[in-house]
Amino acid sequence: MLDIIDILVSAGFWAATLRIVSPLILGTLGELICERAGVLNLGIEGIMTMGAMCGWMWVYMGGDLWSGVLFAAFVGALFGLLHSGFTVYLGLSQHVTGIGITLFASSLSYYVFRMLLPDATTPPKIIPFQPYKIPFLSDIPIVGEALFSQTPLTYLALSLVPAVWYVLYKTPVGLAVRMAGENPMAVEAQGINVLSIRTGAVMVGSAFMAVGGAFITMSAFDAFYFGMINGRGWICVALVIFASWRPGKALIGALLFAGLDALQVRAQQMAGAIIPYQFFLMLPYILSIVAMVIMARRASYPQALLTPFRRGERT
Amino acid sequence: MALLAFHHITKRFGSLIANNDITLSLESGEVLALLGENGAGKTTLMNILYGHYTADEGHIEVDGTTLPPGSTDAAIKAGIGMVHQHFTLAENLTVLENIMLGTESLWSFSQKQSPARKKLAQMSKDYGLAVAPDTPVSRLSVGERQRVEILKALYRDARVLILDEPTAVLTPQEAESLFTTLESLTKQGFAIIFISHKLHEILRISDRVAVLRRGQIVGSVATVDADRSSLAEMMVGRKVERPRLAPMPIGKAVVRLEGVTLQNRNEVPRLDQISLSVHQHQIIGIAGVAGNGQSALADLLSGLSSPTSGTFELLDQAVTRASPANIVHRGVGRIPEDRHHSGVVGDMTLWENLISEDLRVPPVSRGGFLIDQKACMKRAEKLIEQFDIRCEGPEAETKLLSGGNMQKLILARALSPNPGFILANQPVRGLDEGAIAYVHGQLLAARQRGAGILLISEDLDELFSLCDRIAVIYHGKLTRSFDAKSVTAGQLGLMMAGQDPGDIELPSGQTLEQAKASITDALQNQGTQTHAD
Repeated sequence: MLDIIDILVSAGFWAATLRIVSPLILGTLGELICERAGVLNLGIEGIMTMGAMCGWMWVYMGGDLWSGVLFAAFVGALFGLLHSGFTVYLGLSQHVTGIGITLFASSLSYYVFRMLLPDATTPPKIIPFQPYKIPFLSDIPIVGEALFSQTPLTYLALSLVPAVWYVLYKTPVGLAVRMAGENPMAVEAQGINVLSIRTGAVMVGSAFMAVGGAFITMSAFDAFYFGMINGRGWICVALVIFASWRPGKALIGALLFAGLDALQVRAQQMAGAIIPYQFFLMLPYILSIVAMVIMARRASYPQALLTPFRRGERT
Repeated sequence: MALLAFHHITKRFGSLIANNDITLSLESGEVLALLGENGAGKTTLMNILYGHYTADEGHIEVDGTTLPPGSTDAAIKAGIGMVHQHFTLAENLTVLENIMLGTESLWSFSQKQSPARKKLAQMSKDYGLAVAPDTPVSRLSVGERQRVEILKALYRDARVLILDEPTAVLTPQEAESLFTTLESLTKQGFAIIFISHKLHEILRISDRVAVLRRGQIVGSVATVDADRSSLAEMMVGRKVERPRLAPMPIGKAVVRLEGVTLQNRNEVPRLDQISLSVHQHQIIGIAGVAGNGQSALADLLSGLSSPTSGTFELLDQAVTRASPANIVHRGVGRIPEDRHHSGVVGDMTLWENLISEDLRVPPVSRGGFLIDQKACMKRAEKLIEQFDIRCEGPEAETKLLSGGNMQKLILARALSPNPGFILANQPVRGLDEGAIAYVHGQLLAARQRGAGILLISEDLDELFSLCDRIAVIYHGKLTRSFDAKSVTAGQLGLMMAGQDPGDIELPSGQTLEQAKASITDALQNQGTQTHAD
């Protein structure tokens, strides 16, 4: 038991938690934006894979890191456009389209990767984002090492939480997005184009997801390989429900999951001899399910989630 | 020059001509009523004006300028405001958020909430429309939501206010307060288009009436020159008279309630010690303001809940643990209050809805678990013909039916097995004149055949024309029933507002209007009338 407490107060644990949480936050915020506008985006897993591949490939081909992030975001937005084309304009099933986008985008990522690098046997590497120590703040014991010695993408991910909250709750366009997810007819009746609002939200959200994927190949690791998103997209979908569609709660949920993940790696080393390590691998997921069950009971869905809106049609 | 003018508007949906060459104008300070049956094209015309639809032919002028078609934004900017029949509000958002949407440039960096709050407060005062700006819409009553919708339009500086069937969801008291608001708005120069198929409302509120039938304007008259029967005839295209009952001797009791209480644990009883009996060849009316226990009574009699205490006898057998299937098979026909919600499954076909009460009974079912589709279709075709359900056939989706035809479907299902007892809860709510006459006719025919009927209604006119006896429900308590020929509207009104029947003098000669006024007074004194929806 004391060992666990030792882990919990160590800077290494918190640094790892923040590293693990960054892609989850980006993905969760992205999904949250889409769903707030009334569109479920199950393309997230594929879009994150695509972002991971595109950002990495851009740098591998000689681009610099930040333009690689922008490129990943751009490609993510394109897939968002594809998703909204089917779901917003044609009103097709958001579930089916989303799964389709995931299958398509994942496969396309691997295909493009193999096509451009047919001969690579061991995964080629890039020089990823390096930790940036924030002057003075990083000198604070434990907190400094944990919070202020991260890579710039982690700072970006964390600062996007209040930014998304501000836009959703304090700006006219955020109000329109939330309203589109609650009652699209109300948006239409006030003279605003529902389809553009929804498309815009899905594109921005998908760009977030792609940057979340890019974090993994450009900040957490330095290579792209198969299956590297490994279900993180689905975790994000669950986190949105856990968070009741609120950015602040999304951060808490993502931190909880990431903390458990960081903890299980360390607990494996500690108790690995007695308890099979698979048990620790399961732990974050099991606890997430428990947390979900408790939180989701009180969740209030955006009321028009999954409901397509068609203009000028008889209802 | 007219404030607003429609010029030769035509709109088609496939082969259906929803609006056919409509020309109409509106002056400021005027209330124009648009009267027509369901499906006559009233809402379509307003949706064209507000930019939801684009007209196939014709154009609309506001102040002599042509309105760009198909743009809600342009309509709002031209001063058109619309209160939709199905409110366009986001329930999880606050009143202020709902009102502010679309009033600012989308790309400004922040919302100017405090000036908006100030403007809203001023408007609430000017027009007498009080709302709490930070309350989520989900916590508001239906009447309050409508107020928010009106404020939303006024906030955008509307000069023409369209109200699409505004009273359909309101209690009589809320409707009366809406009319007061509308009167004060017209005094301030607003023009109002009031859509309805309720004649007494139109006579009460409008200056001019335009009557729509099958997409065409069939007449336009000043309200002072119109009366109920002339308008009804114009609207329906023929003389429609609601049938009235003829006296006949009653038979044995079909339903007997003795001291029945319905109560969830630790809550106020939904029904409190009520006693009631319904006999063959008899229609008993239940009057009352919505939310006083009518739905509890209906739940009890349709098998959705069992009495907590007291005895419930149905066709000479005691009912202890009720279930809907059990109730139906004992011979109860049920017409539920909300046809869309609990009457039919909209996404399923007509024939499926028609047999849904007999899933395990031959000939619908073979052996209890197979559906004999051939037999079902045959029955569906027969019922469609017998009850004159206008549809594309038994395979059509039920949600495509008009309100009247959907109600005919429910009547067909409920009445065709010749039930001994019929529960009719608000059977004509939202129906047009023709359909009302049809439903009333069917209920009277069932009484003739020997059924006992319980009719729950908020409309005293309906109760007086159909019932043998009338009882009043108030806060879950039921009065004894009174002979419909000797009780007056005034007495019923006082009981609906909670007066004990024993205390009521017999103010004979009190009119219905006076009775309604006394109900309104009583409710205001009571202070805390809430509308449970």
